[in-house]
Amino acid sequence: MSNFFDKSDLARKDAENIVSDTLKNCDDGELYLEDSKSESIVLDDNKIKSSNYSSDLGFGFRAVSDEVVAYSYSNEISKDSLKSSAENLQSTLKSIKGTYNNEIPKSNKKFYNDINPIEQKTLNSKLEVLNKVNEYLRKKDGAVKQVTANFLGEHKSIEIIRSGGEAITDIRPLIRFNVSVMLEKNGRKETGVYGIGGRQSYDDYLQNDNWKSVCEEAFRIASVNLESKPAPAGEMKVVLGPGWPAILIHEAIGHGLEGDFNRKKTSAFHNLMGQKVASEGVTIVDDGTIDNRRGSLTIDDEGTPTERTVLIENGILKNFMQDRLNARLMNTRSTGSGRRENYRHVVLPRMRNTMMLSGKQTQDEMIKFVDKGIFAVSFGGGQVDITSGKFVFNCTEAYEIVDGKIGSPIKGATLIGDGPSILKEVSMVGNDMKMDPGIGTCGKAGQGVPVGVAQPSILIDKMTVGGTKL
Amino acid sequence: MIKDHKFLNAKASFCLDIAKKLGATDTSVTIGHGVSETVNFRNKKLDESNRSDDLAFSIDTYIGKKKSSISSSNLLDDNLKNLIEKCFETTKNTPEDEFNSLPDKNLLAKNIKNLNLFDETHVENEKKISYLKELEDTASEDKKIINTESSFTENKSNYLLANSDGFCGSFKKSSFSASCVTVAKDEKSMERDYEYSSKRFFSEIKDPKVLGKLASHQTIRKLGPDKIGSEKLSIIFDKRIAKNILSAFAGAISSSAIARGTSFLKDKINKQVFSDRINIIDKPDIIKGLGSRNFDAEGVKSETLNLVEQGILKNYLIDTYNGKKLNLKSNGRAGGTTNLYLENGKVNFEELLKSNSKCIYVTETIGHGSNLVTGDYSVGATGFLVEDGEFKYPVSEITIAGNFKDMFKNIFLANDLDFEYSTNSPTMMIEGMTVAGK
Repeated sequence: MSNFFDKSDLARKDAENIVSDTLKNCDDGELYLEDSKSESIVLDDNKIKSSNYSSDLGFGFRAVSDEVVAYSYSNEISKDSLKSSAENLQSTLKSIKGTYNNEIPKSNKKFYNDINPIEQKTLNSKLEVLNKVNEYLRKKDGAVKQVTANFLGEHKSIEIIRSGGEAITDIRPLIRFNVSVMLEKNGRKETGVYGIGGRQSYDDYLQNDNWKSVCEEAFRIASVNLESKPAPAGEMKVVLGPGWPAILIHEAIGHGLEGDFNRKKTSAFHNLMGQKVASEGVTIVDDGTIDNRRGSLTIDDEGTPTERTVLIENGILKNFMQDRLNARLMNTRSTGSGRRENYRHVVLPRMRNTMMLSGKQTQDEMIKFVDKGIFAVSFGGGQVDITSGKFVFNCTEAYEIVDGKIGSPIKGATLIGDGPSILKEVSMVGNDMKMDPGIGTCGKAGQGVPVGVAQPSILIDKMTVGGTKL
Repeated sequence: MIKDHKFLNAKASFCLDIAKKLGATDTSVTIGHGVSETVNFRNKKLDESNRSDDLAFSIDTYIGKKKSSISSSNLLDDNLKNLIEKCFETTKNTPEDEFNSLPDKNLLAKNIKNLNLFDETHVENEKKISYLKELEDTASEDKKIINTESSFTENKSNYLLANSDGFCGSFKKSSFSASCVTVAKDEKSMERDYEYSSKRFFSEIKDPKVLGKLASHQTIRKLGPDKIGSEKLSIIFDKRIAKNILSAFAGAISSSAIARGTSFLKDKINKQVFSDRINIIDKPDIIKGLGSRNFDAEGVKSETLNLVEQGILKNYLIDTYNGKKLNLKSNGRAGGTTNLYLENGKVNFEELLKSNSKCIYVTETIGHGSNLVTGDYSVGATGFLVEDGEFKYPVSEITIAGNFKDMFKNIFLANDLDFEYSTNSPTMMIEGMTVAGK
């Protein structure tokens, strides 16, 4: 646990007093302290390309009155800098008085261990794995022309000090291991990317030569794409595979169910609470409490313990995801969804692990049901326009379906749909729910946070596929 | 106030000394400080104020051909010393890479021009608030506008780069940005659009009324969109989207993509990549330019580059490491392009709109649909159906797709280039793209 005060002229007691004084007339707010260490080691083009280490320390001080947020941060933890932040907050909120300051609920549950993944493994042992990855893939096939592999490790220690001196802490490990391979055959080049990660040590993912299966998967995706044909263009049936394709849920539905967009009535879902927004059989939850997952958090960045929030139950919209500010203004409670990228940023309601739960059908049944359509197995990034509800995502592995059978692989195409209506087009929900491998980062308002997704195979009756073949 | 040259220079010298004493053969250090103040408005009321004060330090230490890097936001001498020791230890344990080195001394920037990138003006919060009030009053005049969010940011920064070959360069920059996002609603749909203005000098940003009016107009005209059928069509990209096509091109000619062989433009140097109508220039010395600079992220002088002349690819964007790999000299593009632009075409905007009987005018794209390895391009889009030069109705939930290799050869440009961003294009038409809709 970091002691944020031992190398500073700022004593804990002073900090507590400044926080209490500044926030006494406010509705909410806190001092958020953060000490993070991160490393990135990259092998590329047959060499260790870079080995970077970064350490970041700072605080963010927030005061909230009614709808107004005043925020000030600094990377100098000192009496002077905290005082000037306090003055800055007071000048913004000078004429405003508040009363809310609801207590933070308590919980003793933890969803990951207090480990520092960066220090647990020596630099040399990490370099060794990266070099093995490179050798393994290049030996495997002469078509392999480029290999990139990298480790990302992070150890973040946070403390939240609230008015009255209450302190809440958390230590968050996070790692990611990624392999990208480019193949060239008959003048065509294609890449395949695969990665794994979560809130555990590197060894939990890499023991027993597990890195080989990551290589195999990246290689397999690139090989499939080498055989790919131009994708069709137009509206058709789409079968989504289990696991990572759930970023469709994340983009199409998840963002629209975040509290801020609904309080501001800019989300296409803002007036649909309690109404049917999805086909029967569709249940979607956002869960911060799954052990060691990338999107899991013991507490959120306001100190609220996370939970499993049911968003849509059997087709009916049940809850939005809330941080404290939006919960207060919408007369509800925080769902432990208040997150920030780091101390430089204000808290926003965000997703954690967003999951569509299993239904009854099998993937085979879905494929057989499709005369003409596509089967999408994996995706790159996605994006949504919250207001119009339109969302897209890019296939990185997909096949055409002809007369109930899986056909040739097709080139990366963008799929586009309409968030509020897409879940009503879901006509089958599979029995094979799977978590993603632990690689997602969600961007919102310039802040990236780690998230997870999960879903079973699903059949969507109608979606627009953005290929080039008419 | 932002830290002055003296402060940054003292920190950099301190770091170079430590690294040298430890035994580093080469070292490069950056020290930066930025102060940024933002006020956000929503529905004509104050929503958020945000002040940030950011110090940043990074160091590359070399032992011969071994190299590693460390960065931190904590500039206390004790911490710097610890981190540099850690960096040096890591360097020792990192394998050699024959291409690692500081830039060639004779390429380093020597004559530092004054590019006039810093405006002393400080815009008090009160003044930001009155700007935003005026902006949102104008933006919400029409009843169809149901939500407005706007923001004013003042940014000041100072940055210094020094290396053990004696290079030491710094520059102060300022920027003032105002933006407005509006949501409009009618019986059929709810739509969002935006407008913004960003300049180095406060006096040059758009008038709040003009900005508000543009945001509201651009949002309201999107109401009640239709989907259209799937077919091959000409696409006209609004300037704010056309610049993204140019950015994708810049990504594909970065020396790292070329050296790794992961670009569809590999081996295309001195070959026809665009039609012979097209010239692309990267000009670092535009006074007050948003992308202007005297030297790149390694201290190498940045000079004007003609990237494409009459459709022929003339230069890659080269840094030291990848330059050595490719056996080419750095041309001062570590960290990317400067003020990148496509030269004007021959026709005006109206003539470009009329040049096809039916086309789609695209005002927004979503998704990350550019594959720079294969050149495949596929994104979601919203815009307008244009027939015989007339805007007919808004369209949404469509995708547009093609391959950059073909798209580049089918570009036609209007003559309406201006420099609102660091990457700029006139209005751009690309013939023969695939539109997928119904």
